[in-house]
Amino acid sequence: MIPILSTLIFLPLLGAIIIFCLPPRLEKSIRFLSLLVTGVVLAVSVCLVMHFDPAVGGASNSMQFVEYHPWLHNLHIWYFLGVDGLSLPLVFLTALLGFLACLSSYEIKERVKEYFIFYLLLMTGMIGTFLALDLVLFYIFWEIVLIPMYFLIGIWGGPRREYAAVKFFLYTLAGSVLMLLGILTAYFLSTPHTFNMLQLGLSGFDLRWQIILFLAFFLAFAVKVPVFPFHTWLPDAHVEAPTPVSVLLAGVLLKMGGYGLLRVCFPIFKAAAFVLAPVLAMLGVVNIVYGAWVAFAQTDFKKMVAYSSVSHMGFVLLGAASLTVTGFNGALLGMFNHGIITGGMFLLVGVLYTRAHTRELNRFGGLTNSMPFYAFCLTFLSLASLGLPGLSGFVGEFLSLVGAFKPYPWLVVAAGIGLVMTVGYFLSMIGRVLLGALNPKCVPYVDMNTRELVTIVPLMAIVLIVGFYPQSVLNFQQEAMQGLAHLFKL
Amino acid sequence: MHIAHYIPLFPFLAFVINIFVGRRLKIGSAYLAVGTCVLSFLCSLKVWQGFLQGERSYSLGTWLLIQGKPLDFGIIVDPLTIMMLLIVSFIGTFILIYSIGYMHDDPRFSRYFAYISLFMASMLGLVLADNFILLLIFWEGVGLCSYFLIAFWHERPAAAKAGIKAFVTTRIGDTGFLVGMLLLFFTTGTFHFSDFQFLRGPEPVLTLAAILIFAGAIGKSAQFPLHVWLPDAMEGPTPISALIHAATMVAAGVYLVARCFPLFAAHPAALQTVAVIGGISALMAATIAVVNNDIKRVLAYSTISQLGLMMLGLGVGGLSAGTFHLMTHAFFKALLFLCAGSIIHAVGIQDIRQMGGLFSKMKVTSVTFCIGALALAGVPPFAGFWSKDEILLTAWNNHHPVLFAVALLTSLLTSFYMARLIFLVLFGKPRSELHAHESPAVMTIPLVVLSVFAALAGFIGSPLKEATGAYEGSQVMMLASTMVSLTGLGLAYLIYIRQMALPQSLLMSCQGLKQLLLNKYYIDEIYEVVLVKPILRLCQGSFSFDMKIVDGLVNGVANVTQFCSGVLRRTQTGLVQNYLLVQVFGVVLLIMWLLKI
Repeated sequence: MIPILSTLIFLPLLGAIIIFCLPPRLEKSIRFLSLLVTGVVLAVSVCLVMHFDPAVGGASNSMQFVEYHPWLHNLHIWYFLGVDGLSLPLVFLTALLGFLACLSSYEIKERVKEYFIFYLLLMTGMIGTFLALDLVLFYIFWEIVLIPMYFLIGIWGGPRREYAAVKFFLYTLAGSVLMLLGILTAYFLSTPHTFNMLQLGLSGFDLRWQIILFLAFFLAFAVKVPVFPFHTWLPDAHVEAPTPVSVLLAGVLLKMGGYGLLRVCFPIFKAAAFVLAPVLAMLGVVNIVYGAWVAFAQTDFKKMVAYSSVSHMGFVLLGAASLTVTGFNGALLGMFNHGIITGGMFLLVGVLYTRAHTRELNRFGGLTNSMPFYAFCLTFLSLASLGLPGLSGFVGEFLSLVGAFKPYPWLVVAAGIGLVMTVGYFLSMIGRVLLGALNPKCVPYVDMNTRELVTIVPLMAIVLIVGFYPQSVLNFQQEAMQGLAHLFKL
Repeated sequence: MHIAHYIPLFPFLAFVINIFVGRRLKIGSAYLAVGTCVLSFLCSLKVWQGFLQGERSYSLGTWLLIQGKPLDFGIIVDPLTIMMLLIVSFIGTFILIYSIGYMHDDPRFSRYFAYISLFMASMLGLVLADNFILLLIFWEGVGLCSYFLIAFWHERPAAAKAGIKAFVTTRIGDTGFLVGMLLLFFTTGTFHFSDFQFLRGPEPVLTLAAILIFAGAIGKSAQFPLHVWLPDAMEGPTPISALIHAATMVAAGVYLVARCFPLFAAHPAALQTVAVIGGISALMAATIAVVNNDIKRVLAYSTISQLGLMMLGLGVGGLSAGTFHLMTHAFFKALLFLCAGSIIHAVGIQDIRQMGGLFSKMKVTSVTFCIGALALAGVPPFAGFWSKDEILLTAWNNHHPVLFAVALLTSLLTSFYMARLIFLVLFGKPRSELHAHESPAVMTIPLVVLSVFAALAGFIGSPLKEATGAYEGSQVMMLASTMVSLTGLGLAYLIYIRQMALPQSLLMSCQGLKQLLLNKYYIDEIYEVVLVKPILRLCQGSFSFDMKIVDGLVNGVANVTQFCSGVLRRTQTGLVQNYLLVQVFGVVLLIMWLLKI
């Protein structure tokens, strides 16, 4: 039998190695090869989804397609991969965005060879993070993500790329150092010593250690999510990163934080999660409201979307902190939806940037007349992002709020402020970019071309499908979330 | 799929076709929209027939599992829904036909029909939904279409701004709605309207839930204090004002209260809130309408006022009275707006001070306008008379003397400002150069049809009468309300036609009041100062805080590290002598420590 998960992880790496051996002048072949590789990854992930059995579940072992081999045997490190309802949507999301962003990477004209090597390496890291079930393996993939990302921002970024890249790198690294310490501590505290995530969940640490370890992991994840006040690397990184990298950054990298929370922090340190959940919920609401406030004050299109991400990830945190099935479902679905919607938003920002070479919102106006397709896509995704019922964004947020309502009714009310503000800044963005009289500077812009439409239309289709039939995703994640919530039933 | 499911699907289909290929269809896009609307109307009739044969509700399968409970694509069929379906699809059809004439040379003709089809689909879905979540989807859907259509002529900055204002203001109410819905769900475990008769739970919590749900209705139906978006919404095309901002969407708030009526009725404090908010809105908007000079805004304030009256009717316990007024109002207010549109189409201005003497030039429009005005003013036997009378009667019978007085005063003001509007626009001498002409038949025929209903719909009686047990019409009440209406008409006649000196000097003497009313009680200005500006400042402040404090701290840590390493770097001089010196020094210290000197 083919090890399908290893295929998913190492196919991009193989692609990167092949490209490494090609001469740099074969730009066309390199592009095509990368597209092919990401396309195959997407196809394999679709196969994975088709063969995934959503009914397999239960508290102890819901992993499917498990690969379990000894690796560094003396250190009890295993090559342990598996997929369940928690990782499946995120793996699919990564494969999909990886393919579409690769298509959008056709705009990269400089140092094409290096770009795609890093790009494919990044894919390996991201998919590996979602599939690894051994903490050391998890950590390795987690760190693998950092390095290509650093170069992708630092080399192909905007004017302040070095500042942004170093900031991103150091900030995340500082977080992961704590995680490494946490991993080692957990290893030595557990009997027998193990890095196996599932086994660690069964070994009861005492509460003091649990809280310390929870915090160590949480800080690493909080930087990635990002949770206020660890979010300031995000707008800088986004503004400087090239469009496809922004898509992956917002669409996938932020999810690694939320995924870690649900995969590591909550199930392994249950008692600590109980104690700290109200704090997490509060941070979540701060993210929602504060992110919305700051987003409202932006004049840079990309920064606005970046801060809207901060706001939206707050719903994920709030839902997760509710420790209920509904909240967990909302958090995971929220991550999936945010990946799709915000990934699409960054693609659209990129479309405008390639034409105008500016992202100042006030430099546009009246584009709905000259770029009708663009106007439609932007309006559609903005509406999805501001949580219009009937589109996907609403379902995740709504489930998070439903989940959080019982334990934290007042926080849900406070989150309502964020809901109103979100409508405000998205509509005022639409007003400034699309409506009004056509800005004379914008006359020469042509509407989206076929390639650009191909990158965005699948995302919009998913937004519509999930919005109208949320069970399409929820069916897959239901069992895993039920298992997770079961841990917190008193 | 039951036939009821097709009702919103037809217009949705028209939307999909029109948004993508509408431009190529040209006028066909309009026929498509009208055709699907007619189909929806026919299906609604069919559903009515089915209802009479005893069919009730249908489900199309699960949409979402919440806390393990299935939430269905469910449809509710009862007299209230059937009434709304028929009103929406019937009036919608004629407004769409009218729009063909009104929008005929607009460059975004097909876009207009796409949006309006989407609106029809959402509005029909809204009244069919059998649970809160499904209702909320369509609720936001109609709000979205309203936004698109208010900002339809977005080249005018005022229109784009009004669109945002409408969406954001209603969203404030919707947030309360959402919280109330959740509160209700966690107290009673249901989102379904059909369970409302059997709700059990702690009294204060359910009262709060009902009031929060009412917040959504306040936003949607433009009630005080969230009424500010509706007058600005008049920036949209006039048929839109007729359909969305008079007849259907703004009535959705009233529909919501009527739909949840068992919940409100069981909690007197919540019901009282509905009545008081309705009363305040009714009176406040009516007073503003008395002095306003924009033909559409007078009608807009009148809509707020009439919606307030419906809320008042529901709030005093008159489910049938409130919904009856909703129905008659839909006919005559749609008619009035369409007439106003016809006039604006002809003369190109909206300021009534510059109009006058249009009666002779636009016969059909003028006659139908008068019928609408009489219906709104509550003159028997026109439609508004019957429904308004029922509200007054309910208020009186249920012992709400203050609210009764408010409703009566509102009626007086209503007949006065409508008469003023008629006299200033249609009669007297033209006050500016007007090249008026009658509108084409495609516009006047809908006017005639609607005017028939505006005149006669009152005789149908309330469709909910049997369901709730109505009161016998009391002759005294009819007489009183007729007198009040005629008084208003008479006063306006004396002032604006006979131009009598006494009332005019009386008016002159209360200039302060007039200024207050002309400025709409300064509510917009107060919101600007108390809410909008501080919030924008808060946002800017948060951004500075983010840049300077949060990010400053991060960069500060980096700078401190860099500074320290800069200091430490100096020790690495690269001179062997220095290292040797330090080494010797260290050895000396070590020896001293070992010998414990």
